[in-house]
Amino acid sequence: MSKIIYKKPECLTDATFHYCPGCSHGIVHKLICEVIDELGIQGETIAVEPVGCAVTAHDYFDFDVVQSAHGRAPAVATGIKRALPERIVFTYQGDGDLASIGTAETVHSATRGENITVIFINNTIYGMTGGQMAPTSLPGQVTQTSPYGRDTSTQGYPVRICEMLATLDGPSYISRVATDSVPHIKEAKKAIKKAFENQINGKGFSIVEILSTCPTNWGMSPLEAMQRLRDEMIPYYPLGVFKDVEEVNK
Amino acid sequence: MGEKVLMKGNEAIGEAAIRSGCKHFFGYPITPQTELSAYMAKKMPKIGGVFLQAESEIAAINMVYGAASAGVRTMTSSSSPGISLKSEGISYIAAADLPCVIVNIVRGGPGLGGIQPAQSDYFQATRGGGHGDYHLIVLAPNSVQELACLTADAFNISEEYGIPAMILGDGTLGQMMEPVDFDSIPEPVYADKPWAANGSDKKRPKNVVKTLFLDAHELETVVMDREKKYDIVKQELQRYEAHDIEDADVIISSYGITSRVVETAVEILKKDRIKVGVIRPITLWPFPEKIYKEVKPKAFLSVEMSTGQMVEDIKLASECSAPVYFFGRTGGVIPTPDEVVQKVKDIIKEVE
Repeated sequence: MSKIIYKKPECLTDATFHYCPGCSHGIVHKLICEVIDELGIQGETIAVEPVGCAVTAHDYFDFDVVQSAHGRAPAVATGIKRALPERIVFTYQGDGDLASIGTAETVHSATRGENITVIFINNTIYGMTGGQMAPTSLPGQVTQTSPYGRDTSTQGYPVRICEMLATLDGPSYISRVATDSVPHIKEAKKAIKKAFENQINGKGFSIVEILSTCPTNWGMSPLEAMQRLRDEMIPYYPLGVFKDVEEVNK
Repeated sequence: MGEKVLMKGNEAIGEAAIRSGCKHFFGYPITPQTELSAYMAKKMPKIGGVFLQAESEIAAINMVYGAASAGVRTMTSSSSPGISLKSEGISYIAAADLPCVIVNIVRGGPGLGGIQPAQSDYFQATRGGGHGDYHLIVLAPNSVQELACLTADAFNISEEYGIPAMILGDGTLGQMMEPVDFDSIPEPVYADKPWAANGSDKKRPKNVVKTLFLDAHELETVVMDREKKYDIVKQELQRYEAHDIEDADVIISSYGITSRVVETAVEILKKDRIKVGVIRPITLWPFPEKIYKEVKPKAFLSVEMSTGQMVEDIKLASECSAPVYFFGRTGGVIPTPDEVVQKVKDIIKEVE
């Protein structure tokens, strides 16, 4: 007699991912869907998808989805959550979206303690437009718009979102995780789950930054990309919990 | 008739919105519309509604987009420079066929311009403002009572057609006080929203509110379907007020606060036995073009607080059946009745 010990999450559709081999989006989509299944909130969840490679995440998520303008996902999520305070609302955003064009929306939804969950994919590059410098690109990183490497004297320094938001009183949970190894992916899932549970418990703004890969635009194989994440990204973007407030935000 | 209360225009919009079932207001301070935000900040907590002062106009309109996606009645308000900032979000709302109400209490522009009343956002309101093939339903009240009535109408119409509606006021209307009777404003008529992204409860397939269509033919179909909706609106929704148009030598058109100046000018002109009529567009989009095809004046005159942005709509609507003249002041200056009278007299000399 055989029994099922592992299966695709229920709220992940059967559609084939359009993501490149080795890209972290697929991993993170699955983690989110597993968490939503485990919490039994598929029918209550509304996702806000970004502009970027995940702009068609609604093909993969089997729950309500609202597509937002570039960077505006936290404002859109705010509107939904304020209209439907009992529903579970999360945004899914990349680094260009969340840390560049949408910085104001990110900071202010955080400082309002908006009771939403933010999933932040940091892969240090603009993926969908073909590999331009992101606010999180590392010093010296070669991209289409930093062809000689990111020169901090003219192109500035990477933004560390978790550290920045941790200075605010509004957020309840701020965590940075990675997708480069099985232990890290397990940690990532725990963080995502906590970020959703916080919302269910009315604790306010939770953000999980997920260090991710973009092999295609990094010009690397999937394995090399995971190695770069470990060797270059984690030292600049240390993993860990930056804030965890257990009381309800008032 | 119910009891009349003396109220500022901006506050009357807020009261009318609340009476129309709007419990979600997202704003950002800007002169000369801030009283509306302040009114909502005071009232919303008392009725279990939401007033949120956003971090920017951009965020405010995207909160409206989110709330509208979730299926509730929602609005935002601003004045000219703020509407420019909101235009990105307005394009998305139009593209997602979402209902909402956007208030523009217009001030002088371009740029920071000034804080005095103007009508120089006519093109922005009627032509789009944001990117893409889309329209807003644009309503132009000319009194505090009409601000209240058209705000209530705007919620109903926007929901009926799935098109965002704009109240195009100006600094004078927003700031002035007049008696207003809220019992006479239209009752809310709610439309079903089976498309709302409000959680499926696993009782229906997922709802997706989106504006991206990567396949060109699919996007064309979506845009053309919306165009058919606009054609229906053009047939059903043209609103105007007109008088003395049958035998008029000159028909004066103006909207909003300027129409009040024009009415005073018309009284003076009638005493001088000059045959003037009036067409006051109430919907600026759709423009009330049918009536312009039925009249045969010797000339049209558009009076505006702009450099003449409505002139081309009158030319298109009348198919240039008579010359279209223009008189206007801009930058926050309000035309006087005497200036309008003189302009009409000059036109009469020219056309006779």
